[in-house]
Amino acid sequence: MNAYAMSASPVPDTHVVSDRLSKNAMRHASERVIEALLFAAAAVSVLTTVGIVYVLVSESIQFFASVSIVDFLTDTQWTPLFDDAHFGIMVLVSGTVVSSAVALAVAIPMGTVIAIYLSEFANPKVRELAKPILELLGGIPTIVFGYFALLIVTPLLQKIFPELPGFSLLSAGLVMGIMIVPYVASLSEDAMRAVPMSLREGSYAMGSTRLHTALHVVVPAAFSGLAASYILGISRAVGETMILAVAAGMQPNLTWNPMEPAATITSYIVQVALGDLPHGSIGYQTIFAAGLTLLLITLIFNILGQWLRRKFRENY
Amino acid sequence: MSSDQSTNPTFNQEKIRALIARGKLKDTLFAALGIICLGIGLVVIFALVADMAIKGFDRLNLDFFTNFASRRATQAGILSAWVGSLLVMLVTALTAVPLGVAAGLYLEEYAKRNWITEIIEINITNLAAVPSIVYGLLALGIFVYTFGFGQSILSAGLTLALLILPIVIVATREAIRAIPAMIREGSMAVGATRWQTCRYHIVPYAMPGILTGVIIGLARAIGETAPIITIGALTFIAFLPPVPFTEIGEGARAGLFDWVMSPFTVMPIQIFNWTSRPDPAFEVNAAAAGFVLMAMVLTMNAVAIWLRYKLRKNIKW
Repeated sequence: MNAYAMSASPVPDTHVVSDRLSKNAMRHASERVIEALLFAAAAVSVLTTVGIVYVLVSESIQFFASVSIVDFLTDTQWTPLFDDAHFGIMVLVSGTVVSSAVALAVAIPMGTVIAIYLSEFANPKVRELAKPILELLGGIPTIVFGYFALLIVTPLLQKIFPELPGFSLLSAGLVMGIMIVPYVASLSEDAMRAVPMSLREGSYAMGSTRLHTALHVVVPAAFSGLAASYILGISRAVGETMILAVAAGMQPNLTWNPMEPAATITSYIVQVALGDLPHGSIGYQTIFAAGLTLLLITLIFNILGQWLRRKFRENY
Repeated sequence: MSSDQSTNPTFNQEKIRALIARGKLKDTLFAALGIICLGIGLVVIFALVADMAIKGFDRLNLDFFTNFASRRATQAGILSAWVGSLLVMLVTALTAVPLGVAAGLYLEEYAKRNWITEIIEINITNLAAVPSIVYGLLALGIFVYTFGFGQSILSAGLTLALLILPIVIVATREAIRAIPAMIREGSMAVGATRWQTCRYHIVPYAMPGILTGVIIGLARAIGETAPIITIGALTFIAFLPPVPFTEIGEGARAGLFDWVMSPFTVMPIQIFNWTSRPDPAFEVNAAAAGFVLMAMVLTMNAVAIWLRYKLRKNIKW
């Protein structure tokens, strides 16, 4: 900064000015330091990924030293803390799959209908009002949704299905679906709004109704974005923890029936973390193996989502 | 078709009218379906807040905020929980905001288009999709055991900071991208360096957008339960972290940063604890605490939405 003050005297010769500036080495040095610091901050995100992979893989390697991968994938019991220990991850995966399926059965139709409504039917005023509501719904803490599932939705469902137990994948899944609706709706709406107006105008000019245009022109054109939003919904459902830990019970149960209680991959991790397992024990390592499974499942869906995006992207 | 039309025009007109009417009816029905679906969302928010407010109403008094958790439901309060939440948020904000803003600045203003930048960008997108409980496992392995921070406010704050980092980075980048190039050109034309341009122009102008992202991130973090349970936070805490410079027994005084290493509990964990007890008396406590948490989160979100709304109306470059 002082370089400017010193060079305040009129110096017509441009060569001298640039010389002075170039001599101010500190100015450039501090710029370099700042750039390096900013880069370091950006690199933290990469370090986070490296850290996640390192922790999950290194603990899982120790786990798989004592449990074979074949047993892990094919055993039909999950009793890691019993004397007769079994480590069949499929038991937990079944809970995750069933609860996610229930959630998606709610979230995908509802989210899509809301998105189509907001992007093709609603007037701007309704849209201005609806978007913050969806955002607030998406911002509700999952533990509060868990409370909602256990103490409000389950008793309601028990009036319809009297045989429904106090903990069930069904009520947890339904509430999880409501939780995911805002994500699906807002991403799908973005995708549909990106479809150029000319396509809709062409369709209207041919005499189509709004609904026909929405379903037969806009939705196919925005398909890659819709698919991406569904995939994100799946990732959310698979990774959701607290709703399941509160409302689905934490009993490992190999089942495909949503009316039963069951543990999921995530709620098992919570259950172990709530207890007092010594660092380095096999029980401690199981949560990392479960976490690695979870990460791989979400990773597969992410890759699938990116592939769908690329494959079905329409260029305008 | 044309001969049909000429022979029987009225019949065709009616047919067409009926077709149009049917199409319009379908449109209306679908619009109604859309409103119903939106209404379900609204009803859920309303039912949640109302249920918690009604159930927890008796417990929502000053004692509830100044009492520790207790085995007797009527005497239990959320003192350690809200203090813990506040302190964890402090650590989270102090970590995530500088890191996130710096990373956003780097990616928008400094980074060259090369493979390193590309890796960082892909990485941030993917991190946003990682389930929060996986961050808990990361923290358990790295912060709790490798770094030896234990089950402390520091571990929890850093975990949540990593969790919301992508949100802060994305918000920062979007805010910076909205600033037109002429601002940078003007600044550099009068001799400012890149950093001076960032420091005196880019960051201040992007501030409202960054703030919105930070508030949304913190609102998410304050409600996160799973990663904090995973690092092994205790659920029954009947003491507060040491206040700096106060006596902590035997003439010793607490250091300025002793509180960061203290065991703690947070609001969501307290709610989880109360929800999972069989005694229905604790349900009332869970409702009251849930109402307080909802109030915090909804207020933060509302402020962020309002900020964004105001921002969009005011700035026209």
